[in-house]
Amino acid sequence: MQTNTTLQETDIELNTDPCADSSATTPLPFSLALTFLVAGVYFGVLLTKAQVISWIRIQEMFHFQYFHMYGVIGSAIITGALGVQVLRYIKIRSVTQQAITIRKVTFQKGQILGGLIFGIGWALTGACPGPIFAVIGSGYSVFIVILVSALAGTWVYGRLRNRLPH
Amino acid sequence: MFDWIFTPWPWYVAGPLLGLTVPLFMWIDNKRLGISSVLRHICAAAIPAKIPFFSYNWRSERWNLFFVFGIFIGALLATNLLTTPATFQIDARLQTYLASHQITQYPRGLPEDLFSWDSLFTLRGFICMVVGGFLVGFGTRYAGGCTSGHAITGISQFQWPSLLATICFMLGGIFATYCILPFIL
Repeated sequence: MQTNTTLQETDIELNTDPCADSSATTPLPFSLALTFLVAGVYFGVLLTKAQVISWIRIQEMFHFQYFHMYGVIGSAIITGALGVQVLRYIKIRSVTQQAITIRKVTFQKGQILGGLIFGIGWALTGACPGPIFAVIGSGYSVFIVILVSALAGTWVYGRLRNRLPH
Repeated sequence: MFDWIFTPWPWYVAGPLLGLTVPLFMWIDNKRLGISSVLRHICAAAIPAKIPFFSYNWRSERWNLFFVFGIFIGALLATNLLTTPATFQIDARLQTYLASHQITQYPRGLPEDLFSWDSLFTLRGFICMVVGGFLVGFGTRYAGGCTSGHAITGISQFQWPSLLATICFMLGGIFATYCILPFIL
C-alpha cells in the first residue's frame, strides 16, 4: 500500500491519501473554493481582531501574565468539541455528500520532538502558521522572511525525514 | 453602538467563533482544519525534488490554499477597515522587561524594534525571524500539525496524541521564553 512513502503518514492535517493515484485529482468546484476563501477571510478577521497575531499576546501567554490566549484557545477547543459531538450525534453527510469521518491520530515521537521544536519557534516568532499569513496581510512585509524560513524548515524536514526518530 | 467592531475582541467571542470552523469544515466537505500543512503543499508544488514526503497529490488539497489566502485577505480587511488606532494594552511586567531590552515600540502588538527589515541583520532579529520561522516549519511538520491542526482540531476530536503535541508546543514555548529570549533580546 505504501508505494511512495517509507514511513507511515502521520500528518493530521493532510486530507487526501498521499498514496492515491495522482492522476485522480479531486476536482475543486468554484463554489467550494469560494466557500473556503470566505472561511479564510472569517478566520483571518478573527485572528486579527482577537490579537492572536500579536507577539506581545503570545509572550504574555508564555509568561503566564494574561489569560487572553488561554481563553481563545480553550474556548475554541470547547466549541469545536461540542460541534464535533453534534455532528456525530445527528449523523448527517457533508454538504458535498461525503461521509463525515474522524481519522484516528496515532502516537509517534514526532508529536513530542516536533512539538517542542515548533513551540520554540512559536515563542521566537510570536506566530504559528495561520498568524504568519495574517501578519503579512496586516501590513508587516518582513514576515515574508518568516514564511520563507518556515517553508525551508518544512522542506528540510521532508528531506531528513527518514533519518529522524518517529 | 458599533464601537465594538473597532476595539479588540474578547476571548469569549473570538475563541468560540474560531472553534466553530472545526465542525464547519467537517460539515462542508469532511475536511480537517489545519494550516501548517499548506507549507507542505507549497513545497510539494514548488520544489518536490523527488523527495517521497513531497510526492503526493497536493492538487487535491488546493482548498486549503484558498483558505490561507482568505486569512491573508481577512487580516488585511480587519487591520485597515475594522481597527482604529489606539494604545496597545500590555501587561506592566512585560512592558518593563521589554523596555530593559530597548523594545518600546509596538503600536499594533508587534515590537517594531524586533520585527523589521532593518532588524533582520541583527542577532536578535535574525534568530527571531529566520531561525524562528525555520523551527515553525520544521517542528509543525515533524509533529504532524500546528495550533489549528493539533490543538483546535485534534483535541476537539478527542485525539490524545494531539493533546500531547499541544502540551509540547507549550513546553517548547515556555523554554524559549525563559531560556532563549532573555539572552538574545
